[in-house]
Amino acid sequence: MKNRDHPYIPNSVARTKEEMMRQIGIKDIDELYADVPDKYRLKKPLRLPETLSEFEVKKHVEELLSKDKSCSEKRAFLGAGCWPHYVPAVVKEIVQRSELLTAYTPYQPEISQGMLQILFEYQSMICELTDMDVANCSMYDWASALGETARMTARVKNRKEILVPQIIHPERASTLKVYSEPAGISIKQVAYDVESGQLNLADLRQKISDQTAAVYVENQSYLGLVEEQVTEIGREAHAHGALFIVGIDPISLGVLKPPGEYDADIVIGEGQPLGNAMNFGGPLLGIMACREDTALIRQMPGRIIGLTTTQDNSKNGFCMTMQTREQHIRREKATSNICSNEALCAVAAAVYLSLLGPEGLYELGEAIVHKTTYAIQKLSKIEGLTAPIFKASHFKEFTINFDNANVTVKEINKKLLEHNIQGGKDLSKEFPELGQTALYCTTETHSKADIDSLANALEEILT
Amino acid sequence: MFKQATWNEKVIFDLGASGRRGHIPPKSEAEIMQSTGKMDKLIPAKMFRTKKPRLPELSEVEVMRHYLRLSEMNFGVDSGFYPLGSCTMKYNPKIDEQLASLPSFADIHPYQDQSDIQGILEILYRLERWLAEITGTYEVCLHPAAGAHGELLGTLLMRIFHDQNGECKKRTEVIVPDSAHGTNPASAAMAGFNVVVVPSDDDGCISLGALKAAVSERTAGLMLTNPNTLGVFEKNIDEIAGIVHEAGGLLYYDGANLNPLLCKVRPGDMGFDIVHINIHKTFSTPHGGGGPGAGPVGVSEKLAKFLPVPRIAFEEGQYQLDYNRPDSIGKIKSFYGNAAVLLKAYAYILSMGREGLEEVAEIAVLNANYLLHKLKNVKGLILPYDNAKPRKHECVLSAKPLKNDTGVSALNVAKRLLDYGFHAPTVYFPLIVEEALMIEPTESFEKEELDRFADAVQEICREAYANPERVLSAPQNVSISRLDEVKASHPRTMALSWRMYVKKKSQGVL
Repeated sequence: MKNRDHPYIPNSVARTKEEMMRQIGIKDIDELYADVPDKYRLKKPLRLPETLSEFEVKKHVEELLSKDKSCSEKRAFLGAGCWPHYVPAVVKEIVQRSELLTAYTPYQPEISQGMLQILFEYQSMICELTDMDVANCSMYDWASALGETARMTARVKNRKEILVPQIIHPERASTLKVYSEPAGISIKQVAYDVESGQLNLADLRQKISDQTAAVYVENQSYLGLVEEQVTEIGREAHAHGALFIVGIDPISLGVLKPPGEYDADIVIGEGQPLGNAMNFGGPLLGIMACREDTALIRQMPGRIIGLTTTQDNSKNGFCMTMQTREQHIRREKATSNICSNEALCAVAAAVYLSLLGPEGLYELGEAIVHKTTYAIQKLSKIEGLTAPIFKASHFKEFTINFDNANVTVKEINKKLLEHNIQGGKDLSKEFPELGQTALYCTTETHSKADIDSLANALEEILT
Repeated sequence: MFKQATWNEKVIFDLGASGRRGHIPPKSEAEIMQSTGKMDKLIPAKMFRTKKPRLPELSEVEVMRHYLRLSEMNFGVDSGFYPLGSCTMKYNPKIDEQLASLPSFADIHPYQDQSDIQGILEILYRLERWLAEITGTYEVCLHPAAGAHGELLGTLLMRIFHDQNGECKKRTEVIVPDSAHGTNPASAAMAGFNVVVVPSDDDGCISLGALKAAVSERTAGLMLTNPNTLGVFEKNIDEIAGIVHEAGGLLYYDGANLNPLLCKVRPGDMGFDIVHINIHKTFSTPHGGGGPGAGPVGVSEKLAKFLPVPRIAFEEGQYQLDYNRPDSIGKIKSFYGNAAVLLKAYAYILSMGREGLEEVAEIAVLNANYLLHKLKNVKGLILPYDNAKPRKHECVLSAKPLKNDTGVSALNVAKRLLDYGFHAPTVYFPLIVEEALMIEPTESFEKEELDRFADAVQEICREAYANPERVLSAPQNVSISRLDEVKASHPRTMALSWRMYVKKKSQGVL
């Protein structure tokens, strides 16, 4: 017998193995594979690495990762769906608690009250932030949440058309299309006003009909601007019997009006900013919340935790609810196939929001607005740059257009790297009509010095 | 005796005091404030939030204590034996957590210039190659965030494949066995297919006769778990693959049960065209109380061109994100998958190596059969579906005799096991076993722990015959006793958020 004892496999020690085999009555573990047809048994060893010690693994991975330049090493102004925000130490401490980290989905509520209560608190805080009544305990990310929401509204309304703004993250738009197509849902894009970047209401009125299941807008939009006509858009949707979906960045909701106050029916968004690192874009945290409406709740995908009591009614406790919507009960009639979600990212969000509280979240939003405004002021003074291209209020992200300087975003970004700066996301392929435009992101983690050195570098490059 | 912490911890909205705060975000510099002016000038009045969100107000100290106490009322793999069938709850190596929290990874943005992300791209590229090697597939896509997400991608690939062959309108059916995970039919339905269920034979394997009768020119594919959810290897896989392929369908491998096959058998070799892998199961990344996981999908050559963009390519000595895939289905989520989870899997494969992975498979199977050996003759339990046949990674016992004799159900046994300091097995699944107890020990637990578990099950069954009330009133040693799950889901009494609870409480409903 091969001696392959491994620290992660206690019974790999030969003596233990032999004792267990003796009890079962086999001489070789191979006997347990006797029913596998011989033609499928691997005869040759797979091309996989040899076993490394923990030290070697650490050294190897660290060396590989040292080839990367992190966003703090080389100051980055990248956002577009994954944003740099400070993660407080307490958040990191809690999400590494073994009891939470190494648990499965809380199928046995009595031994999983910790996770269940935290997820209930997460849902509750998302409701307070968005001014909704019910939230699920996470989707994979904003993009897939949008895809699921389109399907949800189509089921609720029994209609097959969704209206979305033309200014939308292309990855979100692609995901929406992929999710919608098999359900026979068609996606129509609503134009924007070229001056302000706001939704073109005339175009909305033209496209909306009694086939429209839902109208979707984002606040702040993909290009960082605040959509101000939300009340009118919501009214338009409801007048046609459609649902009103709003996509949000939750970190804006300390300063921006919550969607519940302008009659949104469903709110989705990206929760990564709430206590989760960027991690090369994953995991993210899909937010989904809705009004207290039985039709909506019944069609909502994902796990929902509820507050209940013990059977003897002596004590409050928590458990998964409304499971008859889910795949393990409903199978092909389920509202979605989702089961594993992003629970631990929701834990991070709950701890984060508890730490910040209403004041902290306001101050954070305020800091982001100031940083963004300052960056826009500073950069728009540079000759050849237009920042931003739309006349609107911006939160956290804004556009810079380089057309007057006669350079491409690609060229600019390449030169910025030499200044140890990572420029904004190149939009020239996604939105050709915007010319050579990039999407820049500034958060509370960008200091005045960071923004100033970006301005200096751009000035140097352009002169 | 086991005793879980019981803190009677209030919901956080009932803690703290007005004005308290747990964190001070960085402030803007004075020069910035001077230059930008007041908030009311920067955000239009009609979009400004005037009513602050009712978030908790606690000091950092209280926040830490609250969540620490809650974590103590939770049970993970590090707490003890966790034989949750089909979930492969194995040890999550701590070094992997450390590596994933390095700033040189955590602080990387997905849209950085490719010259600055060569390290992480190399890691993901190699991981793709290793997973393709392990599954015997041609190309692997790391994007799906979970097993079910991988299934959705897989069934969408079936759809686009048939569509390209001009058969999408015709091929409307996906076949699943009656022992399938609930996600299989749910995923197939999401991708727009009708679901056809075929029964299992007495030996626990899919019925070949029924399969033959079920396939037709409408068949888009078959979704199969092998070993299946009974822990039984589908020995007729050769014929199954033949029947499905001959009918023009694709064969989908649900990778939830891949652990016992590592370095032993490869789904691709068995004829599977599409394979998903549950990284958070087979590759030891923590499940985080429900996620994040990762559900990479491997495919045969003919399907590779349909995979989501971008693909990771290695050209001219550089790792690159390749968007130039005109046949791609598009995106199933933002960016490139749950990179933090995938990085941990990369480290895990290195820690195990080829031989270690084979050992994983063997010990997982040995442990399952060892437990089965100790449990199958316990009074009150039986092993349905060929009780002489070895199982692979898990075994499914039925507590039907126990229920009939004593009134103690599989659920009661599960709840009583919690009192002994074990997580319960999966219960009432697969659906084809009455009073099912689905036990998957994995390779991660030592013989003594398996013995303690077997003793506990035996003791509980004895209790059921001698003093059923004792079992029926379980659990007593965990944070809380049995919960009213009916009240929790009833439209009148359900409280799905704190505001909903407060409202219903004030209305006297709760």
